[in-house]
Amino acid sequence: MPGVTLDVNGKKHTVDVPQDMPLLWALRDVMGLTGTKFGCGIGQCGACTVHVNGQPMRSCVIPASAVAGQKITTIEGLASNGELHPLQQVWIEQDVAQCGYCQTGQIMSAAALLNRNATPSDADIDAAMSGNYCRCGTYIRIREAIHTAAQRTGAGFYNAAPAAHKAPAADEAAAAEQAEHQV
Amino acid sequence: MSGVNLEDVLQALRQQSGGISRRGFLKLTGVAGGGLLLAARMPALAEEGPSLVGSVELNAFVSIAEDGTITIYSATPEMGQGIKTSLPMIVAEEMGASWDDVRVLQTEEVNTEIYGEQWTGGSYTLNREWNIMRRLGASAREMFLAAGAIAMELPRSELKAEDSRVYHIHSDASRSFAELAALAYRQPVPDPDTLVFKGRQEYRIIGTAKSQVDSNQIVTGTADFGIDTRVDGMLYGVYEKCPAVYGRVVSANIDEVKREPGIVDAWIIKGNDNPRELLDGVGIVGTSTWAVFQARNKLVIEWDESSASKDSWTDFKQFAESLEARVGSEVLVSRGDVDAVLKDDRHRIVESFYEFPYVSHLCLEPMNCTAHFKPGVNGAKDHLEVWLPTQMGPRFQAMAKDRYGLEADQVTIHIKRMGGSFGRRTSNEYACEAIELSMRAGRPVKVTWSREDNMKYDFFRAGGFQQIRAALDESGKVAGWEEHAIGVEQDGKQAIGSGFRTGAFPLASFPVVRGSHTLVPKKTLLGPWRAPWSNTHAFVTQGFIHELAVAAGRDHLELLLEMLGEPRWLEEGNIRAMNTGRAADVIRLAAEKAGWGREMPPGSGLGLSFYFCHAAHVAEVAEVSVDTNRKLTLHRVTAAVDVGPIVNMSGALSQVQGAIIDGYSTMVGQKITMENGRIQQTNMDQYPVLRIPAAPAVDVHFIQSDNEPTGLGEPALPPLAPAVANAIYAATGERVRKMPLSELGFTV
Ligand code: FES
Ligand code: FES
Repeated sequence: MPGVTLDVNGKKHTVDVPQDMPLLWALRDVMGLTGTKFGCGIGQCGACTVHVNGQPMRSCVIPASAVAGQKITTIEGLASNGELHPLQQVWIEQDVAQCGYCQTGQIMSAAALLNRNATPSDADIDAAMSGNYCRCGTYIRIREAIHTAAQRTGAGFYNAAPAAHKAPAADEAAAAEQAEHQV
Repeated sequence: MSGVNLEDVLQALRQQSGGISRRGFLKLTGVAGGGLLLAARMPALAEEGPSLVGSVELNAFVSIAEDGTITIYSATPEMGQGIKTSLPMIVAEEMGASWDDVRVLQTEEVNTEIYGEQWTGGSYTLNREWNIMRRLGASAREMFLAAGAIAMELPRSELKAEDSRVYHIHSDASRSFAELAALAYRQPVPDPDTLVFKGRQEYRIIGTAKSQVDSNQIVTGTADFGIDTRVDGMLYGVYEKCPAVYGRVVSANIDEVKREPGIVDAWIIKGNDNPRELLDGVGIVGTSTWAVFQARNKLVIEWDESSASKDSWTDFKQFAESLEARVGSEVLVSRGDVDAVLKDDRHRIVESFYEFPYVSHLCLEPMNCTAHFKPGVNGAKDHLEVWLPTQMGPRFQAMAKDRYGLEADQVTIHIKRMGGSFGRRTSNEYACEAIELSMRAGRPVKVTWSREDNMKYDFFRAGGFQQIRAALDESGKVAGWEEHAIGVEQDGKQAIGSGFRTGAFPLASFPVVRGSHTLVPKKTLLGPWRAPWSNTHAFVTQGFIHELAVAAGRDHLELLLEMLGEPRWLEEGNIRAMNTGRAADVIRLAAEKAGWGREMPPGSGLGLSFYFCHAAHVAEVAEVSVDTNRKLTLHRVTAAVDVGPIVNMSGALSQVQGAIIDGYSTMVGQKITMENGRIQQTNMDQYPVLRIPAAPAVDVHFIQSDNEPTGLGEPALPPLAPAVANAIYAATGERVRKMPLSELGFTV
């Protein structure tokens, strides 16, 4: 098996994998990057989404050998300089996840969207996020979170973000808006 | 953690209390499920007490570190239902802790003696644990107050605990929990019966919205899902079973498969014909998931299908549709003279036939388990360590004893976070497959099911049919009600989730009713699927009540409220039973908030429904529009929910939003069929799921009644389908009596 050199999260890894092994399994089983998830294996669920040269790709259907030398970013590489990506921060604050299994793929798709469109409309979100299934039905919060992150990013959020995140309270105002606590 | 046995894990836990191994135990009395140890700690020590190295443990669930970090253990499995956050919130509340100081850890063992029942399901966990968590928190709080009284030389009665401090209510004096920890540890553990809980008006944590304690791990890809387990020396495994359940393996081209790249070994494995343990199959282990997935494609297996499933959906449907009888072979509930009411000339009889398909759990994280079986050598006992995403830790423990003869001290179980479950991860077969492969390979093995395995070998929600009829009297009141379910028999009885349960409204309450079923034996595996029975029975009954309202020319809301009758508990003394007054309250509230009765534009409509299950009263109003191409849009669902007080407002809201979207996803496009015992849908391309563009807005209104809180994982799902069906009727005049909607030509 010839070695394949993969550029993942800014680091080069030479891995011995069969020519046809999808990037997903090279990441998970060979490199131990398990934040990228296996859901369907046929490009239908989006759990395995990574960026290849900034574009969202389903890693379960691209052979690792086909993306040798290209710039691959996984969820493990989304934070920069120890600071969470704005989407990750909002995801925590707005308590988007339920089981959480789809969420790394959701965030990778959303991050690619914000990279090319800083203020996406609902229709833009629909178009960019339709390939990411959420079995738990967190779509409402995913949409809200993308809008919130887009607003903050526009306001220079990258520089103002606090560093430490220890399970902070959900956005209570947002929750209160949707749920009457006492009627 | 490879190679750590139960005793090592216990030791590690004990070390948090300063390395002290001798602990006194005090039984927590008066709690359902009993036997939980409120205090697993040292008896009161002499003067100096433990030096505060690291942290001290105030009871089995609560410890505090020098820096003030409060660790609360979560002993019940987390699958997205939020229990790992909500139960510790209850403990922190009663303790007087600040939530910011709390970190939550999953217990690394199954030990029901210490941690209680340690399973989750039936939307019941919150209710089961409510008083236990309050006692654990209140006990720790009392120990801090006692310590504060000593440290500040003030009367205990003048102190209160709040924000992780003990305050003097008449002065500025206060001490932090961290400062008091060593002293608190030396206080006697209070008698559980003397503990007093906070009143609701005093709550500072319960009822607020908190982000899941694992949010950070989830968004960074480091949450502890079972499928992410990596253990030194681990191999990857698959287990191929017969395409028709219960098929037995005769032979296979094992030698050929062993020569495939990355394959380490392969075996024909005989099972015990128990699909919840081990069916016959071929196991393959190799160096990556991909290697074993590829090698399995090369398998040529001869199966003996003489006792395998021959189930056919087409046959089942033909049988149900051609059934002449209007009363089933077994009558389950009967009150009043239904026959007389149905024959009465003055009455108008309305009759319908409903159909709903089998559906799959489709948990996004595939079934998986990592197992490491270590045979005992030199007189040592065998040991099994598993990393297992399961709702049922104790059920696994019992299986390990029955099937493998392993006592609790020979088994280490790491309960992993589940990437969804919905009732799926309650059986042991994926664990048994990993154990069998580890035993043969002599190494740890992670078995991962492909999506196709998950579709083929689900324990499905039962598909079925129902006849339903009722008599309307001259004033448009319902005079009699009859249901006949055509469902599935399995293991000689009504299969789980098939037909109805007699406690359901209106069977349980209406004065003139009959409920019966006709069961057909089927082998296709069935199991609990989010609100079993209720998720189909609501569709039938709540759709039919709307049919009656239309037939009688009456307002649906008015008729539904009338059918509830006077406010009362349907089972006196059972607080988990339905209360018709609580039902009426949620129905009225959902209707009011949705603007029931308002003028709707052409092609759009509102649909109402109500269902009671899992001690929860839920009403929903769906607002839909349908265009000329039968494109359906679900604009908004307004839900009113009474599950008692809400613990985590964010989590509760998530569960209702999620259940509604799940209910809609299922209703719109999902259907599993089988022919000659073979499941015909193999992956998500043949089993459409709802995507973000079709997700409705969801408004949720909680009635926080004084009833005990209960869980919300399931009960918001059943009312969704009938609410949408009724709204489609309001919008188009077309009655929906069949799911999925895609078969009726609707798209979303
Ligand atoms: S695992 Fe790649 S899209 Fe589902
Ligand atoms: S949060 Fe469970 S699949 Fe999306």
